[in-house]
Amino acid sequence: MALAEDALCDAFAAALSTWPKQGAPANPEAWLMQAARRRVIDAVRRGRTRAAGAETLLAVTDPFAGADNNREIPDERLRLIFACAHPAIEAVMRAPLILQTVLGLEAAQIASAFLVRPAAMAQRLVRAKVKIRDAGIPFAIPEREEMPARLESVLEAIYAVFTQGWADPAGADARSRGLTEEALWLGRLLTVILPDEPEALGLLALMLHADARRAARRDAQGGFVALDAQDTALWDAALIGEAEQAILRAATMGRPGRFQIEAAIQSAHAHRRISGRTDWGAVAGFYDLLWRSTGSAVVAVNRAVAVGRRDGPQAGLALLAPLQEDQRMSGYQPYWAGRADLLARIGRIAEADAAYERAIGLETDPALRRYLAGQRAALH
Amino acid sequence: MQYLLLIYGNEAAVHGATEEAGKEMHGAYMAYNKALIEAGVMCGGNALQPTSTATTVRLAAGKSQVQDGPYADTKEQLGGYYLIDVPDLDTALSWAARCPGASHGTMEVRPIWETGL
Repeated sequence: MALAEDALCDAFAAALSTWPKQGAPANPEAWLMQAARRRVIDAVRRGRTRAAGAETLLAVTDPFAGADNNREIPDERLRLIFACAHPAIEAVMRAPLILQTVLGLEAAQIASAFLVRPAAMAQRLVRAKVKIRDAGIPFAIPEREEMPARLESVLEAIYAVFTQGWADPAGADARSRGLTEEALWLGRLLTVILPDEPEALGLLALMLHADARRAARRDAQGGFVALDAQDTALWDAALIGEAEQAILRAATMGRPGRFQIEAAIQSAHAHRRISGRTDWGAVAGFYDLLWRSTGSAVVAVNRAVAVGRRDGPQAGLALLAPLQEDQRMSGYQPYWAGRADLLARIGRIAEADAAYERAIGLETDPALRRYLAGQRAALH
Repeated sequence: MQYLLLIYGNEAAVHGATEEAGKEMHGAYMAYNKALIEAGVMCGGNALQPTSTATTVRLAAGKSQVQDGPYADTKEQLGGYYLIDVPDLDTALSWAARCPGASHGTMEVRPIWETGL
């Protein structure tokens, strides 16, 4: 219904002017629906509609009449999400935009989660919404051909929300804890309204697996516990079960992708709960796949560590070697920690020590710093 | 909504192309023009002469300063434009992607500011 869509766009434009001053409403999409209805009525009153007679009346009384209400509202929310994650929006603003417009979070809450000053975040959110309006970014579910790329940025935005919350494992900050919940909620929503997209299922499974291990990430003293040292009895079996269901459903669709592979890696790690040991062969195999399809430096590091476990530390170091000259590694802690561990395993203690020192210098989490310092001390 | 599609490309490569390559490019643009017109979205468009023909004008302290050359020295230069009328940014972007200039340089898509002038 063109009239309804125009009204929704108008309503969003209205939101652009009020939300910066008053903040987003508690229930943004309901607000948008109401505002859209009001605008349809206004438009008809002003005689702007071209539809005739009874059809117009129907549009006025209920723009979404005849549609399954449960289905329509999620569709509108989905269009909002796709607009927020449009490639024309700068990448770092997509997750904050979704948090504000879809979940109704305050700019200040979002700012603290992303470690940005509240005034700066508020300004950037307004700029992003102005861009949506002024550049004519459409509220539309992308066409089939566009879907893979467009969905990827939506999934990345949701994953960015999750990892922001995940950075606070103790859940010490209530805002961060909320973020992982919001991301999971969005992830679940996406699988309901896009039931034929396996990558959405992959992302959900990835987040569920990570969240399942929340209680095991820190020991009683708040110390860091490495993944393969965690007490699997503390892992949430229900979340793992839900994750595995999602992975299986995705697998039946036969369209592999980055998030499905990442979920498979998590699944392989989670299997330790049943088998008692980590299947590094499976983990390394999945990282090989992920590396082939993404070529990402982060994946390369994780792959080297996994291959080091499967084929021995020399093999792992050989895979890290090409990254030695990579500038991006100078600020990437896991590269140095991974390198240190591999060097230690073949007895190159002095080099391992230096690598641990680099890693410690790059780590912001005190618990993780203490863990790395402990690993370094254990070398001697 | 009206959008300006700005065509940026390496001038030297464009003007130094072989006769064959030049003809191919010309044909591609003719076809693109036709597609825009037939879709009913074409509002205008032109190729621009190279930046060697450009002149800048500024007013400083009431005096006009005229200088030889384009606004900025860039790796890719503005070589032409199209003005189209389409419903939204995605449609404008898909037209920009089809422009022959997109495969040889960069397209910038800018919405027209509807001031009602």
